[in-house]
Amino acid sequence: MSRTAVMEGSFAVAEAVKACRPEVIAAYPISPQTHIIEELSKYVADNELSSKYVRADSEFSAASIVYGSSGTGARSYTASSSQGLLLMTEVLYAMAGTRLPVVLTGVNRTVSAPITIQPDHQDTMALRDTGVIQIYVENIQEAYATHIQAFKLAEDHDILLPVMVCMDGWILTHTFEPVKIEEQELVDKFLPPFVPKYRLDPKNPLTYGSYGDDEVPEFRYMMHFAMEKAKTKIQLIAEEYKEIFGDYFGGLTEAYKCEDAEIILVAMGSVIGTIKETIDQLRSEGKKVGVLKVRTYRPFPAEEIFEIVKNAKIVAVIDKSISVGQGGQLATDIKAALINKKTPPLVYSCIAGMGGREVNINTVKYIINKSENSLITNQVPDIDYIEIKRQYLE
Amino acid sequence: MLTIGAVCEAGKSRLNKTGSWRDYYPEITAKCTGCGICELFCPDSSITIIDKKCIINYDYCKGCGICANECPKTAILMKEERK
Ligand code: SF4
Ligand code: SF4
Repeated sequence: MSRTAVMEGSFAVAEAVKACRPEVIAAYPISPQTHIIEELSKYVADNELSSKYVRADSEFSAASIVYGSSGTGARSYTASSSQGLLLMTEVLYAMAGTRLPVVLTGVNRTVSAPITIQPDHQDTMALRDTGVIQIYVENIQEAYATHIQAFKLAEDHDILLPVMVCMDGWILTHTFEPVKIEEQELVDKFLPPFVPKYRLDPKNPLTYGSYGDDEVPEFRYMMHFAMEKAKTKIQLIAEEYKEIFGDYFGGLTEAYKCEDAEIILVAMGSVIGTIKETIDQLRSEGKKVGVLKVRTYRPFPAEEIFEIVKNAKIVAVIDKSISVGQGGQLATDIKAALINKKTPPLVYSCIAGMGGREVNINTVKYIINKSENSLITNQVPDIDYIEIKRQYLE
Repeated sequence: MLTIGAVCEAGKSRLNKTGSWRDYYPEITAKCTGCGICELFCPDSSITIIDKKCIINYDYCKGCGICANECPKTAILMKEERK
């Protein structure tokens, strides 16, 4: 039987990772990710989990350790945040290129400078092009489920890419919610042991990280192709999870009240919950609004997004990060998804919630209100910095 | 066929004779005692001690000079490679 307990988001993630029976866990503490690995190390110390737990001397080392252990065919896990994720970057490129199915939690936190521990999406956005699959979760139960799904996805022989579960720091890691913890037997059924394609073994030596003078475009193509295949796999795995455990949070996306919506908000992560709440309020006032949750950011579900938003008049995209000198990454990708289509909706790019600035119901209402005005004037601001304190800038 | 992640059979680096990259080459002189320190330090595994003698494999020695630097007897001279 599954059991439901009120617990902190970090502990729910640790429960999920424990249920996946990783053979190696390596990590270095950094807020707001620390509670996850702290709890995992406790399981190992208490003999509740028979993993090799390595406290590394940096995130670079932590990533390198799981790179190596995954190469030997061991199911491997790590987690980090912010600057720590950036320090892993070099290894993550190598890990994805070597096609090692490590699962990691990217607990979203702002990147310095200026330094803050508050959450936004700048850190995981910086890892967008590594070849690591990125899934953003909305709530704690989804974080729990997505970690279990992530191992199955990463280790699929058609995929073999690292998977990062992205969750907003504090908002999801340090709040308490009732969480359904699944029965170990069922998790084992859903996620059988990892069968590696290759294995580092002194008795049968192999070269990892070999020289690829003339084949780099082909290797990149193969990674991209695996990402394309992951689109189908992510959906299938989410459905299989639903069949066994009864929970479903979307595959690549989740459309909420989008069918007849004229205005559709698009966002990722915990802010989706706030937007859904606002949508419910506005729907009761008769407004035709909906929200599209982009759950999988890499691979980017461009076709699926178009199908959902194609009948809307305007799409308002919330980015909790910025590509400095260009704009919101998600908005840019949404525009790219619509560009070659006939009569696409307008795209309104909103930068909000950076550095952990609160995005609440009023913020969402403001964005919807501006979207309505845009439809009257038929003019959309190219980029809008929501609730920026202009008085500081003059 | 390319393999997933470019994982391939071991020992492929033998095919790439890096000795051609060299600008300087090490020369062992009579001062060598065969202690084996250079063998341990050579980053290209290009030194073998056989019968207390230091043998350099010039197919792979890149000429970095680490052996000459580490030799306690200054028994290795680095000489300019003339091709
Ligand atoms: S370190 Fe010097 S003395 Fe020792 S084996 Fe090498 S060349 Fe000879
Ligand atoms: S020069 Fe460098 S590569 Fe050549 S034998 Fe000496 S240590 Fe090895």
